[in-house]
Amino acid sequence: MTQNQNLFFQKFGITPGDLQRYLAEALSAGGDYADLYFEYLTSTSISVDESIVKSASQGISAGCGVRVLSGERTGYAYTDDLSPDKILRAARTAALIARGPSQQPIHGFKESSVHQLYQVSSPSVDADVASKLELVMRADKAARAYDPRIVQVRGGYADELRQILVVGSDGTFATDIQPLARFSVFCIAKSGENSSKGNAGGGGRVGIDYFLTEKTPEHFARESARQAIIQLDAREAPAGEMEVVLGPGWPGILLHEAIGHGLEADFNRKGTSAFTGLIGKRVASEKCTVVDNGTLPSRRGSINVDDEGSPTKETVLIEKGILKGYLSDKLSSKLTGMPDTGNGRRESYEHIPMPRMTNTYMLAGQDSPEDIIRSVRRGVYAVNFGGGQVDITNGKFVFSASEAYLIENGHITAPLKNCTLIGNGPDALTKVSMVGNDLQLDEGVGTCGKDGQSVPVGVGIPTLKLDSMTVGGTAR
Amino acid sequence: MATNTEILGGVETGLREIAADVVSRAMKAGASAAEALVREGEEFSTTVRMGQVETLKESGSRGLGMRVFVGKRAASTYTSDFTHEGIERLVKGALDLVKITSEDPYAGLPDPSQLGSLGDLKVYYEDVYSLPPEQRIEYARRAEDAALSADPRIKNSEGGAFDASTGSMVLANSLGFVGEYRRSYCSIYASPIAQAENGAMQRDYWYSVARTLKKLESPEAVGTEAARRVLRRLGARKIASTQVPVVFDPQVARSIVDDIADAVNGDSIYRQSSFLAGKLGQKVAGENVTIVDDGTLPGGFGSSPFDGEGIPSRRTVVIDKGILKSYLLNTYTARKLKLETTGNASRGLAGNPGIGNGNFFLQKGTRASKEIIANIKQGLYVTEFLGFGVNLVTGDFSRGASGIWIENGELTYPVEEITVAGNLKEMLNNIAEIGSDLEFRGSVASPTIRIDGMIIAGE
Repeated sequence: MTQNQNLFFQKFGITPGDLQRYLAEALSAGGDYADLYFEYLTSTSISVDESIVKSASQGISAGCGVRVLSGERTGYAYTDDLSPDKILRAARTAALIARGPSQQPIHGFKESSVHQLYQVSSPSVDADVASKLELVMRADKAARAYDPRIVQVRGGYADELRQILVVGSDGTFATDIQPLARFSVFCIAKSGENSSKGNAGGGGRVGIDYFLTEKTPEHFARESARQAIIQLDAREAPAGEMEVVLGPGWPGILLHEAIGHGLEADFNRKGTSAFTGLIGKRVASEKCTVVDNGTLPSRRGSINVDDEGSPTKETVLIEKGILKGYLSDKLSSKLTGMPDTGNGRRESYEHIPMPRMTNTYMLAGQDSPEDIIRSVRRGVYAVNFGGGQVDITNGKFVFSASEAYLIENGHITAPLKNCTLIGNGPDALTKVSMVGNDLQLDEGVGTCGKDGQSVPVGVGIPTLKLDSMTVGGTAR
Repeated sequence: MATNTEILGGVETGLREIAADVVSRAMKAGASAAEALVREGEEFSTTVRMGQVETLKESGSRGLGMRVFVGKRAASTYTSDFTHEGIERLVKGALDLVKITSEDPYAGLPDPSQLGSLGDLKVYYEDVYSLPPEQRIEYARRAEDAALSADPRIKNSEGGAFDASTGSMVLANSLGFVGEYRRSYCSIYASPIAQAENGAMQRDYWYSVARTLKKLESPEAVGTEAARRVLRRLGARKIASTQVPVVFDPQVARSIVDDIADAVNGDSIYRQSSFLAGKLGQKVAGENVTIVDDGTLPGGFGSSPFDGEGIPSRRTVVIDKGILKSYLLNTYTARKLKLETTGNASRGLAGNPGIGNGNFFLQKGTRASKEIIANIKQGLYVTEFLGFGVNLVTGDFSRGASGIWIENGELTYPVEEITVAGNLKEMLNNIAEIGSDLEFRGSVASPTIRIDGMIIAGE
């Protein structure tokens, strides 16, 4: 028995009998399936601004969400009060979606086997706040020491521990204790009339030790300051279609926007995605193999079990350019017969789960990054990005470069001002002509938004060359 | 889940007392100043897709947050646990945490003389929750149906939706301020998908929002407009890179005005992370540009009787005929900048107050949007932005877009997979026309605007 059960069973006095009773209530008006999602979240956050600690906060939220599925219908209700009468009331509300004779949940639960992806000896959230503060102070100092033109530094450390219990009327029973920590450093540089910013950060499902040994405050601080200083001399980015080289790691946001969302099963079940009906078809050059993998140890986008109690998996989305699969949750799987890939995720107990990405990346190819740059006559080399967005239905997607350079005659030359790159999901990857041998995953900064729900995700690519993409600069 | 009487009972059943009690406990436990905040909300939402109910969600929740000061140090905690133990833990946690934060000479509660609350701003109507469930579903169904039946090319849909929510906010501090208000919200939404003969799909949407059901547009009006918007996108093509006048429809113009709201946010100003930092009193826009923040408009989506620190909301002229007149400030940023707060403190349960706008808008001009388009020989009418490519430090602006090409004053064919780029500093000075069609569909609003000199990147 895990600590989670201790938490919900002991702290809140919930028993297996109670869970059966709540599920029975949820199915009292019919319905094919019901589940309960219990969540207990503790979090802390501190930030250092102008070299002093202006803000420190910590908090607790707890609640339970009840879902009832009836065909394509979903009924949902939640409560932040875990007393039996409140949960029963939520169950009755969620049950209103169904019309029919009452159903009974399967008697007895079967505990899901889960991964052990978080190698954390003690959760960051329980660590002494003063030691986190010391880390952020170190970052502040390192960023300021990087260059006298760094005039503002804001560093932050945020962590949380999410304890969940998911039970379903099909006997699903899963628990998880999900740690998450994130370090961030934001810098402003000034030189004469020019100002610029730099932004770096990272973390994952790690303890505080990670920031002492693997990615130190100085690492993030120098990276943030470096970006800000480089941008001081940025010139106008070009406008129009040209060759684009993406650096390894975080530029993998390309995959997240160009294809990842379009392959979420809910859109494809409803026929609203530009990728609908393309399974088995070519959607990328044969050099491209793309996977979504929720099982990488310690990664920000990884989870032992998804928010419907299903173990996460590695799912091949594109194999040598051919579309192979979608990312699914229980509902889409029930309705279409496609496998549940363990991608049912939600922001919190207040939210209905839906298919979401975990860590989405492209496997390494054969080309050396140097050869890739050398092959470009005139183009853009983009190595850092802000956010991105996609229109699922027409496939158009954007992602905005925060650090990019001009490539001229095979050489990286001037840094460029921020510009957005735009493309069309179903054919953007057909233009990939070179794939580097240097696959990297991002450092743990991604948060994905869908239907107003945010979840932590990861991305990654090796250095990639796209023969043509539209660069949204201002230089003509 | 909750009945109306319970919602009404929410504020009355002692949230004020809870907030005041948390403050007094903190003071007894050694705080030199304290502030507590209680939020309680109810939400209902339903979506109907292809005529069938898809989701039905109804619930409520509440949260309690506090901020303590010991001298010039501050810390905050929050919880969803309103039990005696939960509150004890909240207070103790904050007082433990405050030991590690730094002395900040600018930290503290507002000046007591500034605290207060405006009267009824007509932001709460209990009718948003009064419809029986069948009627709510019917609203969503009718909105979707109006879109689906508008044209045979509309064969699919992301659905129709009806949402309603109410929220209470109580704020108390150790200077004796206790204030509360409730706000209500309802909306109808439709998002149809149209398909061209070659199979290419387009999606668009339309919506109506209001504080009361009485002001909500009919589901049919919402669905019909959604259909019009999606149909005009069919057959969209990419165009060659070019530089022409760009007309932004109010939905996208409002997003540019929202960027200005972020650029005058006091936090960005004192951190020198806005291109408008240090520009107070200077000309930052054309003379035709006046931008106002008004948290006092009756029924406004950005209206509230007091801000996140207990300062009455007010009307602030941000840019007056091109001159930057004011930033948006809370107590902290005002002290940092040696200015007065503008009553724009915003609050989450956790952390220090941030800054939020009231009803923030570009003042309207006199021309109809049709006339603005009619005056352009070749140009682009932008109806949607994609992505978030705005750098407020430099003002660099580069966003994905789609819209309709303007030829000889007429809207012609739809355009997609392009970017529109420039710099906000120049864009503010190059607003050639401002329409008369100012309408609030949220707390930030803009009429149609024409901006010259921007670069469109395409083929």
